[in-house]
Amino acid sequence: MNSSTTQTQVRPDASWKVVLECAATEVFEIMAGGKAEPWSSPEDAPKGELTAMVGLAGALCGILTVRCTRKVAEDLAMRMTGGTTVTNGMLGDTMGEICNMVAGNFKGKFTNLADHCMLSVPTVISGEDYVMYPVDAGESFLVGLKWASSPVWVCLTVHE
Amino acid sequence: MKKLKVLIVDDSAVMRKIVERSLRQAGLEIGEVVEAGNGIEALAAVNGGMPDLILSDINMPAMDGLEFLKQLSLVEGAKGVPVVMVTTEGSEARVVEALSMGAKGYIRKPFTPEQVKERVAPLVGGVE
Repeated sequence: MNSSTTQTQVRPDASWKVVLECAATEVFEIMAGGKAEPWSSPEDAPKGELTAMVGLAGALCGILTVRCTRKVAEDLAMRMTGGTTVTNGMLGDTMGEICNMVAGNFKGKFTNLADHCMLSVPTVISGEDYVMYPVDAGESFLVGLKWASSPVWVCLTVHE
Repeated sequence: MKKLKVLIVDDSAVMRKIVERSLRQAGLEIGEVVEAGNGIEALAAVNGGMPDLILSDINMPAMDGLEFLKQLSLVEGAKGVPVVMVTTEGSEARVVEALSMGAKGYIRKPFTPEQVKERVAPLVGGVE
């Protein structure tokens, strides 16, 4: 995922958290047919067995992650596909698609990002015992949403 | 109304199911649905029997949606088949490129069945 032209970097500001929350809730509402309210304990640390991540490059460099429990991912997959059973493959696929759509929806809300920021193919991690160390990590925006009585964590980490 | 044979091209199996479900929720008369995970598989599917409608992602491994459009234009009998791009691309440039290469429309993810109906129905003779 390389940008072949010189890009003017877009600088994040405090309003991005609200925009990120809006981008995520829209994806949940449109694709899974439910309202994702803000998580009641925003100070909680993100947890959950499934983490999807999408890289951003160009005018904005960083990584966007969506993390939740398997139970939440199962509920999302069933709601999105209309199915009653979910395979492991579908769980990863669902998480990757949600992450991709949140990232696309987020960048689409900024005219200076829409055409100048590329998204990577999603990657999904299964497991809880890991720590991510983004190189050159700068500002980070964390949003907690409530879905099926559990938190879904959406995090945008911007690279310096 | 004749039921439509639809080719859905996306590297995500879940997204292929979502697109199919949205087409049905939109009230379109859907018959056979053929799925492909990338442009190469989609070309093979087209050569195996021409669909009435194609919905394709842009960003896919092996052969992306834009290259698929290019290759599809070389396939005999494919010219009249409407192709609608379904993408997370916020980039107007890539959407414009797809339209200039023969795509008849695009749907941006996330999408509602109403948006699918609005974009697809006029291309296939409306909804009963």
